[in-house]
Amino acid sequence: MNPKTLVQSAARNKMLVVGTLLFLTVIGAAIFADNIAPHKYDEMNIQKALMPPSRDYPFGTDQFGRCLFSRIVYGSRIAIKIGLMVVAIQISLGVVIGLLAGYFGGKIDVVLSFLTDLTWALPPIVLSLAVVTVLGPSLEKVVISTAAVSWPGCARMVRSKTQSIKNMPYVEAARAIGESDLSIIFRYIMPNTLGIVIVLATLQLPGAILSTTGLSFLGLGSQPPAPDWGLILSEGMNYVSLAPWISIFPGLALIYTAIGFTLMGEGLRDILDPRM
Amino acid sequence: MFKYAVKRLAVGVLVVICASVLLFSIMQLMPGDPIRMIADPRLPPYRLEELRRAWGLDKPAYLQYLYWMKNLLQGNMGTSITTGQPVRQLIATRLPYTLLLAGTALIVRYVTAVPLGLMAAVGAGTQVDRILVITTTFLMLVPGYWLGILLVMVFGVKLRLLPISGFQGPASLVLPLITVVLPGLGGTLRVTRSEVLETVREPYVLTAYAKGLSERAVQVKHVLRNAIIPVTVSFFLDLPWLISGSVIIENVFAWPGMGRLVWGAIQRQDVPVVQGVFVIITVLTVVSNVIGDIVAGLLDPRIRMEIEEAGE
Amino acid sequence: MHGNLLEVSGLRVEFHTRTGNVQAVRDVSFELSNGEVFALVGESGCGKSTTALSIIRLVPVPGRITGGSILFEGKNLLSLAESTMMQYRGKEIGMIFQNPLVALNPVYRTGFQVQEAVMLDNVTRAEAWCAAIRVLKNVKLPDTEERAKSFPHELSGGMRQRAMIGMMISRFPKLLIADEPTTALDVTIQAQILELLMELRRQNNMSVLIITHDLGIVADIADRVGVMYAGSLVEQGDVFEIFENPFHPYTRLLLKALPRGTKEEGRLETISGSVPNLSNLPGGCPFHPRCPYRLDVCAVKEPEVVEVGPGHRVRCHLMGE
Repeated sequence: MNPKTLVQSAARNKMLVVGTLLFLTVIGAAIFADNIAPHKYDEMNIQKALMPPSRDYPFGTDQFGRCLFSRIVYGSRIAIKIGLMVVAIQISLGVVIGLLAGYFGGKIDVVLSFLTDLTWALPPIVLSLAVVTVLGPSLEKVVISTAAVSWPGCARMVRSKTQSIKNMPYVEAARAIGESDLSIIFRYIMPNTLGIVIVLATLQLPGAILSTTGLSFLGLGSQPPAPDWGLILSEGMNYVSLAPWISIFPGLALIYTAIGFTLMGEGLRDILDPRM
Repeated sequence: MFKYAVKRLAVGVLVVICASVLLFSIMQLMPGDPIRMIADPRLPPYRLEELRRAWGLDKPAYLQYLYWMKNLLQGNMGTSITTGQPVRQLIATRLPYTLLLAGTALIVRYVTAVPLGLMAAVGAGTQVDRILVITTTFLMLVPGYWLGILLVMVFGVKLRLLPISGFQGPASLVLPLITVVLPGLGGTLRVTRSEVLETVREPYVLTAYAKGLSERAVQVKHVLRNAIIPVTVSFFLDLPWLISGSVIIENVFAWPGMGRLVWGAIQRQDVPVVQGVFVIITVLTVVSNVIGDIVAGLLDPRIRMEIEEAGE
Repeated sequence: MHGNLLEVSGLRVEFHTRTGNVQAVRDVSFELSNGEVFALVGESGCGKSTTALSIIRLVPVPGRITGGSILFEGKNLLSLAESTMMQYRGKEIGMIFQNPLVALNPVYRTGFQVQEAVMLDNVTRAEAWCAAIRVLKNVKLPDTEERAKSFPHELSGGMRQRAMIGMMISRFPKLLIADEPTTALDVTIQAQILELLMELRRQNNMSVLIITHDLGIVADIADRVGVMYAGSLVEQGDVFEIFENPFHPYTRLLLKALPRGTKEEGRLETISGSVPNLSNLPGGCPFHPRCPYRLDVCAVKEPEVVEVGPGHRVRCHLMGE
């Protein structure tokens, strides 16, 4: 598929357009947080604590008088950071392992597949819990430990795609002329797996962000005063009757971001591989 | 079939062992001296050494691991550092609650989503289908813990209809249950729907019609029978996810399950408790996966053959 | 012609796709008498399978039969209620498909799938199973009792096809439609399956409508043949007649393209160009862009059917002279 038709069909796909728009607003919020947010996210003002949404404070204030809107805007940075880290780890591990297992087969495949199944069988959150118990809570640790067990899905997909491409006549032809394995992997196999990997990564992002912020919600990820949406949610739990907005808005932000990524992912899937 | 089951179990045991090694290694990374945490720091060094020997902490890591495993297999999961209670007892009192929540949620989810998925598949492309898919997909994106808080706000605080904390009888199950079930409906519905739609296009369905079978016979004996396989398997594979998920939700509702237990333990760095919970959840995960694989083999003869061939 | 088992007249089938309406079958007419083997040939996508599926009214959505009639023993199948049509399937008209691996349900035992068909005739389970075994023996499935209890994926390709044939003739239909029954099989097995089909035809005086793209098979077993191109039936007639005396340019090029074990040297003939996109057919005769004998009228008007010999019909403007 040449780039021009790709862009054209992209523009026509409504889901992709809307999703990308939402995605861009989140990125925009992250990049331009300093300009958008009316206050600093950790700026406390006890006299203005627990105020409902108003003109000065579009989302109201929390128990320390901090502007909720500003905190949520800055929180987008955390969300993006989580997303990027998770995707980076997942993809690098998943693609490499999938390619190796699928291409070389044999003993390598047996070992790697066992590793994949083993990791797949590990309960998702529990590893993060273990790491956090031992090494202390932090966003980075939680993200890394969550991503470290989420690559099997990607690896499996890449492996099966690699296997099917490996048997294609043009790959056999390449091998017949003596092309090296590495070259074959880079020139033929990887480009063909790119599509499904991108789609998978995009679709996994909402889940990754939700579960990581979920751990922050438990106090095991980001630590105060970080404007992590999950953390804000948990802070709001104590003020459910007094100031419900503290818990409502971060959830909406999470949903907004999740919708954006999901639409993007579904749209990309439509374009890149309608059969999926 | 029996061979297949035994093989899957063996692999499962291997997985649990590897997971426990992993866990143990992580625990070894813990900075600081565990003895100092447990014992009175004013004790003279030689006494600390004695304690160290008594706890086996002077031995190399792999021996400690073996001791731990030995204890584990005998049912001894150690003692909680904070409360002094045996970990086994702590878990035994909490586990049923977690299983109650996760198990009920699993059943409710499937009982709701599978028929809806069938409806969506039958009416593929129509309004009904679109509405079902969009609604449930949207629900998948809603953070469970946020939904829980929302429900607490509406039903617990404002309307005072349902209990929102702890376990005070079956009514307490309602809100946590809804919180766990709703986000999961989407996945199951979509899987059911897509499996049915794919199966309908299979050549053997055409063959069934060509044989002269009635519409009903084809739908039930050929379409449903085949499409239901992956759905049934995912029923078992979903359980571990539900258990892990309820770990978070339990904290919203003060549900007395393992989620609360482990959360408190983490905050207080109560390593034995965390280890115990980790092991239990890993075992449950592996057992669910093994059962899922076995069920897959039972329902689909092709899988049975694949596995049997691979074993040779 | 009287006493024809099957009479297809003016059959039209349309597919509604997102890119527009596709005329998959355009005004196709042919007949089949008792005990006859009629082969429908053509390249992929020419509409032969769709024609076959129309006969038992199992054209897949988004396809629809939009015109014509299909008379089976005098009754127009297209006018029947679905419940009545259902009774014809398997009982009066059977159909076997190309790839028996995917055309048989993988979760049911092979014998069961035959039994399932037989039970539609109101027999007990036990009787049906016995009948199934008899049928499978008749189609020469080796180790019949054993194999009947196996699953389709446990059998070889040839065995599966035998099982499928058995399944579809178990109720002794008068017409068996075979859609590329040997395409997915090895050459040696192909021969066996074809032989089996002919044996069954002899046994029951069953008519066979065989869909294929292999002219070799046509030469082997067919009594009459119909050549399809882009949804139209361009030529039909007695097999020997067509092979000796092909009239339509497409038929002639097809036959010339066959490798023959003769002493003639030179390159194999090919037909230039490629099969047109059915949603974007050229006007007039669909073959005219590739036809070496085309006239001006060919681009404008579709040719009518002309009878050029007993039972030999052609759709070509060249015949008009």
